[in-house]
Amino acid sequence: MLRDYFLLAFKNLRKRGLRSWLTILGIFIGIAAVVSLISLGAGLKAAVLGQFGGLSIDVLNVQNKQVGFAPPGSTVIEKLNDNDLELVKGVRGVERVIPRLVRVEELEYNEISGFGYGADIPEEKENIEFIYNAFELEAEEGRLLRAGDSGKVLLGNNFLATDDFKKPFETGKKVKVTGEIKKEFEILGFLKKSSSFQLNSIVFFMRNDFIELMDAEGEYDLFAVQVEDKDEIEEVAQRLEEKLRNDRNEKVGGETFTVETPLQSLSAVNTVLNLINLIVIGIAAISLFVGGVGIANTMYTSVVERTREIGIMKAVGAQNSDVLWLFLIEAGLLGLVGGTAGALMGLSGASLVSNAANSALENDLFIVSVNYYLLFGSIAFSFFVGIISGVLPALQASKLNVVDALRS
Amino acid sequence: MENDKIIRLRQVAKHYEMGDTVVKALDCVDIDIEKGDFVAIMGPSGSGKSTSMNLTGSLDYSTEGDILLDGENIQDLEESELAQVRGKKIGFIFQQFNLISNLTAKENVMLPMIFQKTNIEEREEKAEELLKIVDLGDRMNFYINQLSGGQQQRVAIARAMANDPQVILADEPTGNLDTKTGNKIMDFLKKLNDKGRTIILVTHDPDLARQYARTIYSVRDGKVEYIEKKIGDGWKRIFNEE
Repeated sequence: MLRDYFLLAFKNLRKRGLRSWLTILGIFIGIAAVVSLISLGAGLKAAVLGQFGGLSIDVLNVQNKQVGFAPPGSTVIEKLNDNDLELVKGVRGVERVIPRLVRVEELEYNEISGFGYGADIPEEKENIEFIYNAFELEAEEGRLLRAGDSGKVLLGNNFLATDDFKKPFETGKKVKVTGEIKKEFEILGFLKKSSSFQLNSIVFFMRNDFIELMDAEGEYDLFAVQVEDKDEIEEVAQRLEEKLRNDRNEKVGGETFTVETPLQSLSAVNTVLNLINLIVIGIAAISLFVGGVGIANTMYTSVVERTREIGIMKAVGAQNSDVLWLFLIEAGLLGLVGGTAGALMGLSGASLVSNAANSALENDLFIVSVNYYLLFGSIAFSFFVGIISGVLPALQASKLNVVDALRS
Repeated sequence: MENDKIIRLRQVAKHYEMGDTVVKALDCVDIDIEKGDFVAIMGPSGSGKSTSMNLTGSLDYSTEGDILLDGENIQDLEESELAQVRGKKIGFIFQQFNLISNLTAKENVMLPMIFQKTNIEEREEKAEELLKIVDLGDRMNFYINQLSGGQQQRVAIARAMANDPQVILADEPTGNLDTKTGNKIMDFLKKLNDKGRTIILVTHDPDLARQYARTIYSVRDGKVEYIEKKIGDGWKRIFNEE
């Protein structure tokens, strides 16, 4: 029975070719917009949140306020010091504090040099483990730094692919690194690709090597603070802020330091991303609504034009429900065809945009993946939009009086 | 005797409201259609002929009086129930053919069977069989606009037969056709009648009515003016005593 409705509906749509296609175009544009924008939004979110992938949920960061956008600590006027370290260690709920150094260094290889970020790996075995786990670091080639690996460096994944030094980087080769002094290091290994581009281009040193290189004895760029209970991270952060504020004699709002919990940084980014998504979905919803109005309009015209045909069908035994279904399915098909084409178009459009963005930015962080829920969901939704738009015209058709309809 | 009547209109009136005035299209009409008969409902336009056809064909409800279709009072049926019953028991042939143009001949014939939930194999078989009977076996998959008027009307006859109805109601079936083609259509109807099918012919043409029908209802001014019955080669006219 349903099959017959579909067949009849399809034949009706085909008969009014151009008008059907134009109506379908309305839904097509709507769904293509929805799918491409949502896909792009999801890709963008994944790319941005990937930058936070290295943040463990039980770790918070303490650093001095920066005056610019640069690696942690590099633009602060005053570095964190031993006093701060002891203070932070003494806060209730703090499990451990790992002082970190992140600095810009100049790396020389094959007599070509380039600037990049360097960071330290702690000397203590358990802290090393902790850092590796927190940033989900694994070696792609060679191995990770271990306690006692003095004079060696671990390079980010980008060094494996880069052509900037005209000679491939290899495990066992030497690089010269300049900070405050210049020193030669042996390449111990390369990291696996990370979702964070900072980690992909980083150079890791053992802490003591890095302090020597940067002449940074007693200086700290940030403290990675692990809390005892991850559910209490916000409370610990508050106690920490209070303590540092008191120590520095600062007022609320006038702090020269920041305490950042993963939730705070994530939720800030999330808020922005969700807002973008919301606006995008709003725009798409409007275009879908317009598409639906187009379907309703086409169906109304169709009912008027086919009044006689409806009369014939009723005369030969069609019940009101038969006529109702016939028109609903016809409207649904308009949505379905537009939706299917639109969803496929939207996905390929989103892929094109992300590929273009990636090649422009020369990385591959922005990935639009095929979300089958979105794909089939939007197709089903377009069918539904079609049916909803068809309800009123279909009801009108089904209620037509046989005699009047035949006379028209 | 009651069982011999397939359709009965009992003291039927049909009123239409046109703004503030009520138009009495039919008033106190009695029509009995006997099984197997060839009945003509005849009258000039505006006589109430079309209204009688609509009521006789269960296309419409009366304002007053009862309409019995095969013993069942259609006044008691819901619109959808009526459509179902009508689709099963009455086949229609119209002056304008009233075929659905974006379907093929065969699909048009299958249409009434869809609404009776007949399965697809049976539908196709039946449609092909019927189209062969009306000499359109070679044009089953032609679209309606690819067929001549006479061919279209034959498709309509096949469609009217689709659900094996007891009654076929033909409303001016030759009205849009030339004489020769019209005669062919009427011959098909006569053949169906010979096989026991009840035929109701609605026409304004007394000659056509007399040529084929055995009972004629002449409608005028919303009333049955007289009934004529064919007896042997002659006609017996019974005036409505009122």
